[in-house]
Parts: sequence; C-alpha cells; structure tokens
Amino acid sequence: MAEKIGFFLGCIMPMRYPGIESATREVLKSLGVEIVDLKGASCCPAPGVMRSFDQDTWLAIAARNLVIAQELGVDILTICNGCFDTLFESAHKLNNDEKAMKRINNILKDIGMEYKGKTRVRHLVEYLRNEIGVDEISARVKDNGDKKLKGAVFYGCHFLKPSTVKKIDNPERPTIFDDIVEALDVESIDYKDKGSCCGAGGGVRARTPDVALKMTEENLTNMKDADVEVIIDCCPFCHLQFDAGQVELKKYEIPVLHLSQLMGLKFGLDKDKLGLEAHKVPVKLS
Amino acid sequence: MAKAFKQPNPEFAKKVIEAGGNTLNLCFQCGTCTGSCPSGRQTAFRTRKLVRRAQLGLKDDIMDSDDLWLCTTCYTCYERCPRGVEIVDIIMALRNMAVREGKMAPQHRKIAQLVSRTGHLVNLRDEDKALRKKLGLEEIPPTVMQQPEGLEQVKKICSKTGFDKLVAEG
Repeated sequence: MAEKIGFFLGCIMPMRYPGIESATREVLKSLGVEIVDLKGASCCPAPGVMRSFDQDTWLAIAARNLVIAQELGVDILTICNGCFDTLFESAHKLNNDEKAMKRINNILKDIGMEYKGKTRVRHLVEYLRNEIGVDEISARVKDNGDKKLKGAVFYGCHFLKPSTVKKIDNPERPTIFDDIVEALDVESIDYKDKGSCCGAGGGVRARTPDVALKMTEENLTNMKDADVEVIIDCCPFCHLQFDAGQVELKKYEIPVLHLSQLMGLKFGLDKDKLGLEAHKVPVKLS
Repeated sequence: MAKAFKQPNPEFAKKVIEAGGNTLNLCFQCGTCTGSCPSGRQTAFRTRKLVRRAQLGLKDDIMDSDDLWLCTTCYTCYERCPRGVEIVDIIMALRNMAVREGKMAPQHRKIAQLVSRTGHLVNLRDEDKALRKKLGLEEIPPTVMQQPEGLEQVKKICSKTGFDKLVAEG
C-alpha cells in the first residue's frame, strides 16, 4: 500500500551523508511512495543529548515537528533511530500523559500551534516490511552477476527499544531488518553481540569519544571475526560512528552502507545518487 | 578511624522519582543492568551502583561523577530488568537535574547552544552543500535552514522553556 509520507530529514543525514537522503528519495520513488517534505522541520531533537539536558524542551521541539506533519495530513517517515526514538516516544508520551500534552500545547500556543495527537511515526525498516513487503522488495532486485555479499546487519538501539513502547520486534532476537537485507540478496551473517550499541548515543561520542570508540571497536572486531564484507545500518548516527570510527581507530576497513544506499545499489538505481564519496571508508564491494 | 557512612538523602530520591524516575524503588540490586551494559564493559561505570545511589539520594556522588554521562541510552538494561525499573528514564531525570545545577560538559553545552540557535545539532558546511547539489538535492535542506520563521519558532520554544538561558555560557 503505497501512499504519501512526510520525510523527516533530521541533522546528520542531510548535512554529513546526503547520499542517504537522495538514495531514500530514489528508492521510495521506485517503490511508488510519494515523499512530502516536512518544510521547516528542525532537529528531532536528539534523544541522547537534548532529552538529557531538558525533557520539556525536547518534547516541545519534537511536538512542533509532529505538528508540521499534522498540518500536511501525513505520517512521518524517519531513516534514523535517533529521530525515530524522539518523535515516536514524544507522540506516545503526549498521547498517554494528559498533563504533558497540556503543558506542551501551552508552549506551542505561543507559536500558533497545537498538537492534536494524531501523527503516526514510522521507521524506514518497519515501513518497508509492513507497508511494502519483502516480496515486493525482492522482486525489484536486479541480478548483476556479482557474488552474494556477506553483510553485518546493525540494528542499533532506538529502532526497537524500548520495546514496551515501540512493539516492533523482539529486541533480543529481532529478524525484521535481516528479512529485508536477505530480500535484497545479501547474506545476513550472525556475529557476536549483534544487538549491541555502536557507542555514539547518549552524548557519549560528544563528551567521551574514546569511550564511544572502544564500544565501536568491539563491534567491529566481532564483525571482522565473522568475515563480513559490509556493515548495513538503519541510522545515520550509527553510520557515522562506524564509518568515521574506523578512520579514528586507524583499524579495519569495512564499508558501511545505510539500508537506503544498499537498496539503491541492489535496485540498480543511478550510483551517482548514492553519495558514497562522502564515506570515509571507501565503498568497494564485490 | 573507620570511614563514615554517607547519610542518605530521601528528599533527593523523592525529587528523582517526581522527575520521571517513578520505578526507582522497584530495584532490588540484582545487577542485571550492570551485566548488560556495553558502556560498563569498557569503563568503571556500574549501572546498578548509580541506581542504588539514586535510591539513597547520594546526590553529590551522582552529580560529580562521570558515570552519569557514560550511559549511551541503549536501553539494554531497561529491557532486561526483572523488576521493570525504567533505568534510562531515571538517568534522564538525573541528567536534567545536573544540567539545572550547571553541571554540563563544554561539548554538550556547545551542542545545546547549536540546537537553540540554529534548530540543528550539525552545521552545514560548503562541502556538504556541494555534495547535495551534485546529488540533485536542494543545496540547503528544506528544514528550518530554509525557513527563518520556522527557526524563530524553535527559538521561541527555547526561550519559553528557559532552555536558551539554561545552556548559555557560565
């Protein structure tokens, strides 16, 4: 069921990896999904940092983003775990906490807005599985004769967790993202501690980058031990942490692709639209 | 002389509970959180200890320690807690309290100021614009970056909640 959807850009994707943005636009277009820009949207704002600093400011800025979609009559699609967490959790909180809804709408009143509690927030992986379906995705894959890639699927944290609120898949043994990657004719390889954190979140990359990198290194070592050829993420912050992280660590050289970019490659879309030149680890596959 | 015991401060614990940590007292100190923590695997951060300190209201131990800021908010502990303690919510409440006392890393202050001034936590450099153009995207993303009145709204929110002053220099 393809329809119109509001594309939430966030910060890291449009500014640091715009290839993820153009790949997402191209891929969704090819699947018959019409993208609507959420003009005037801001940072989600990031859950690890902004929510850590002041929860009401976090909630109010998020609510403003939800109102932008509400006024356009569309749901929100994010391709980032951080944006998904903030927008999904904010919508959930406002819908289930009358006092918070009143408090936040009182703030929004000053900018002439009111959140009515109806905006639905979707994550790309979940949207693809539930609205497009793995069969449809699989049918779009162009066989280019290359051998099957071995991929490390990286879920990150805030796509599935907290699962009590998100209710998308089992956070300990999820399959939803692997299913899509397998439909793209890539082998999803099991590796140690697959469900771990990239290390960047919660303001840790900004404040103590060395600690973040130690976590990243552990993930990379586990992936390397499993002989993977590519890391496939669904979050530009994990993407940045793995891509820039390998250069910062001066260790490993495993190419990193966001799911949208992998889909672009597998669908045989124009390679120039994938922005792989922004990657710090060169993307050489096959 | 033996080390004096620290005095519990139930008032502080109450404040944590009111700020969103309402599951705080469900914790029975099993340590599943510590055993699950990917940050604690690399550092001396022990999630269980942080929760215990919050239960006892040992404010200074919490506010002046690095531990509070070593959590990546990955939610693994939250998922696995056998008592349903919403650990990330407790940490968020504690971090908000620390920031209100001016305890904020300079790097974090910089990010907070960037959001309240520009509406984004990352800046747009010339090289980013050039790549966007090459990819056929609008050079400036269709966000508050293109829309000054939208940015004004974000600034108004930050002014109304007092966030702009909260994260201003010293």
